[in-house]
Amino acid sequence: MDFLDPLILARWQFGLTTLYHYLFVPLTLGMALTVAIFQTIWHRTGDVKWLHLTRLFGKIFLINFAMGVVTGIVQEFQFGMNWSDYSRFVGDVFGAPLAFEGLMAFFFEATFIGLWIFGWDKLPRRIHLLTIWATAFGSILSAYFILTANAFMQNPVGYQLNPETGRAELKNFFELLTNPVALAAFPHTIFAAFMFAASVIIAVAAWHLRRGQHVETMRPALRYGMWFMIISFAGTAISGDQLGLVMVETQPMKMAAAEALWNTACGADASFSIFSIGTPDGTAEVWSLRVPYLLSFLSTHSLDGCVEGLNNLQELYTQKFGAGIDYMPEIWVTYWSFRWMMGFGGIATLISVAGLWVTRKKATRPVAGWMWRIAIWSAPLPLFGSLVGWIFTEMGRQPWIVFSLMHTSDGVSPNVPGWTVLISLVAFTAIYASLAVVEFRLILKAAQKGPDPLPGPDDPDPRDLPVDQTPSTVY
Amino acid sequence: MDLAYLWFFIVGVFFVGYFVLDGFDFGVGMSLPFLGRDEVSRRQVINTIGPVWDLNETWVIVAGACLFAAFPEWYATLFSGFYLPLLLILLALILRGVSFEYRHQREGLAWKRGFDRMIVIGSVIPALLWGVAFGNIVQGVPIDADKNVTGTLFDLLNPYALCVGITTLLLFFLHGVYFVGLKADGQVKEDAHRLARRAALPTIVFAAATVVWTTLIAMERDAPLIAAVIGCGAAAAIALLASAVANVRRRDGWAFALGAVTIVTAVLTLWFALFPYVMPSSTDPAFSLTIENASSTDYTLTVMTWAAVIFLPGILAYQAWTYWVFRKRITRVQIEKADAAAAH
Repeated sequence: MDFLDPLILARWQFGLTTLYHYLFVPLTLGMALTVAIFQTIWHRTGDVKWLHLTRLFGKIFLINFAMGVVTGIVQEFQFGMNWSDYSRFVGDVFGAPLAFEGLMAFFFEATFIGLWIFGWDKLPRRIHLLTIWATAFGSILSAYFILTANAFMQNPVGYQLNPETGRAELKNFFELLTNPVALAAFPHTIFAAFMFAASVIIAVAAWHLRRGQHVETMRPALRYGMWFMIISFAGTAISGDQLGLVMVETQPMKMAAAEALWNTACGADASFSIFSIGTPDGTAEVWSLRVPYLLSFLSTHSLDGCVEGLNNLQELYTQKFGAGIDYMPEIWVTYWSFRWMMGFGGIATLISVAGLWVTRKKATRPVAGWMWRIAIWSAPLPLFGSLVGWIFTEMGRQPWIVFSLMHTSDGVSPNVPGWTVLISLVAFTAIYASLAVVEFRLILKAAQKGPDPLPGPDDPDPRDLPVDQTPSTVY
Repeated sequence: MDLAYLWFFIVGVFFVGYFVLDGFDFGVGMSLPFLGRDEVSRRQVINTIGPVWDLNETWVIVAGACLFAAFPEWYATLFSGFYLPLLLILLALILRGVSFEYRHQREGLAWKRGFDRMIVIGSVIPALLWGVAFGNIVQGVPIDADKNVTGTLFDLLNPYALCVGITTLLLFFLHGVYFVGLKADGQVKEDAHRLARRAALPTIVFAAATVVWTTLIAMERDAPLIAAVIGCGAAAAIALLASAVANVRRRDGWAFALGAVTIVTAVLTLWFALFPYVMPSSTDPAFSLTIENASSTDYTLTVMTWAAVIFLPGILAYQAWTYWVFRKRITRVQIEKADAAAAH
């Protein structure tokens, strides 16, 4: 293998920087909303513990937010840096949602987050509350535009090919924005992101409750986190189901690769394997645990549906797009990432369901130490779920960079030598790795420090304090 | 096709916005070693841009996205062709951004000084390299028939581009120091006035060199907007001189506003010199990227124009409001009070 192959290096760099960026995105999405909800409860009830929760999770949100912003710039730049031929080909279509994201969402988010952080003592309470809602809104809207751009790569719509320039050109912007893939992927991504915020809240609360500290503040946070998890899981599952149906329509090869289904199967034969052991090269199956009909149901919502197999699709694509190309993605990657995605999310949710039961008001037994430990250590599960979900959807798209229109190998910058990409790959890896350590430690420290202690009966209601005594975050 | 010409200038507006706004962020960052005598004054300096650096930086993301959408060929040629400088800018922006957020998260001078250093480095590199990049765009780089840049990193480090780079570095530095003078009080403010006085002369020298050199390049290329190039160049020179005078007279608001005018007119000088090209080729003028051959289709540009017309006024309004909310000076007393509150 050529270690200086620009294509391989550029793909690794895209995968690495994207997944790294996505370490921070889910927490930003979910935490902005959570902080907005906590601050609203405080605003409505005047109960100071909600102010303390707002501040605690606000701090975790901010530590995380900075990394999300700076790693996001890399995403936008590297389309041009590493994938210039791709950019030339799709720019007329693909650039517009990115520009909309900037104009409508990103400015909004960046402006109002500054107002929220520094505005505690400068804005009227109601306006200050609005700024965090504006931040949450901006971040979610931003995700929508990014997903419409990504959806175009999965299922190109709203364009026409210009034979003169050899480019894809935008024909109908509305079609681009209502791409069925985007409409399903948007809620799927957002709810999955919320699950990670939920698991972080659960872990922080559990850590303190296990030590018997801040009980009055942390108990409602724990319950909130577990409900948030369950509701978000429901949203993720429903939209995921929808996304699966769309995927069968638009990218049948991806669905076949998700199940490693080599040959078309119908009805009971279209079974879903929970687990399987294959030969080392992955081409044949040795043993598997299967649920009959399930794949048929997931793909078509009927028990007697048919799901096309990899070999059949390869034949079909060869006729349609030309011979001599392997149209299958890396099967072991898609097969396992698809399972782990659902598995991580499902386990995290089951833990929350159990958690709600053992921490219910009428519970007769105290929560055992090992239960707290599970709640704490399960925090990264939804994040892992989101990450492998992205690995699945992007690796499952291969060998296309834009499905049916352009191969990944044709998108790479022709004039950027491999060693240049290697330098940037090494630089990003080194900086990203060290920042991840710092970031993780800071969040851990903020989380373990916990909320402010509740005021005693004689302390004044903080809402009655003059504004300049409400502490403002200052760098 | 007319919309492409409009978008040439809209993209210009976003880069102007970026250089004016993040320009003073870079300057504030670079001024840390000069103005930060102690921890309190360092925090005073950093807090002058605390609430706004993030939204200022967002201008480059929007500028980049608009460049991508309106001129895909320009975006692709520029970003793949200027790979290593852009990589350095990215790494610098990452370090700078996290440093603002992380330095106050832990006590301990070693921790804080480490991030101070990263703020300085993270401000110097983009301030210099954005100038180098735009100098090269205006002057032209080797571009082949497939619209790909064929030169190496060393081709980008030519005298004219370095002159533009040093000019942006100095301009942003001065602009940032003016901003600190406007936003801080006490010793920091005094130091900022003195620093700006000292920095003015080299800035004027390099800015004048850049303006003259750019004009010569534009004349050699028979730039159709040569009158605008000369007009903007002259305006930049006058505004820069006037800002230095305002600083000596201790008119902080005027010095900063004139510093902003200098950057606006300086970037416009480059933009007019570039017109009607977006990336002239030094290999063969026929290979050059122009507004017409690098742009998106009319349909895309129409959609984009609607978005800009609808959202730009709102963007400007809420960003102006942010500056209004945080209009007060960052005082020494305020930092000390916050310190006391944190210790409590």
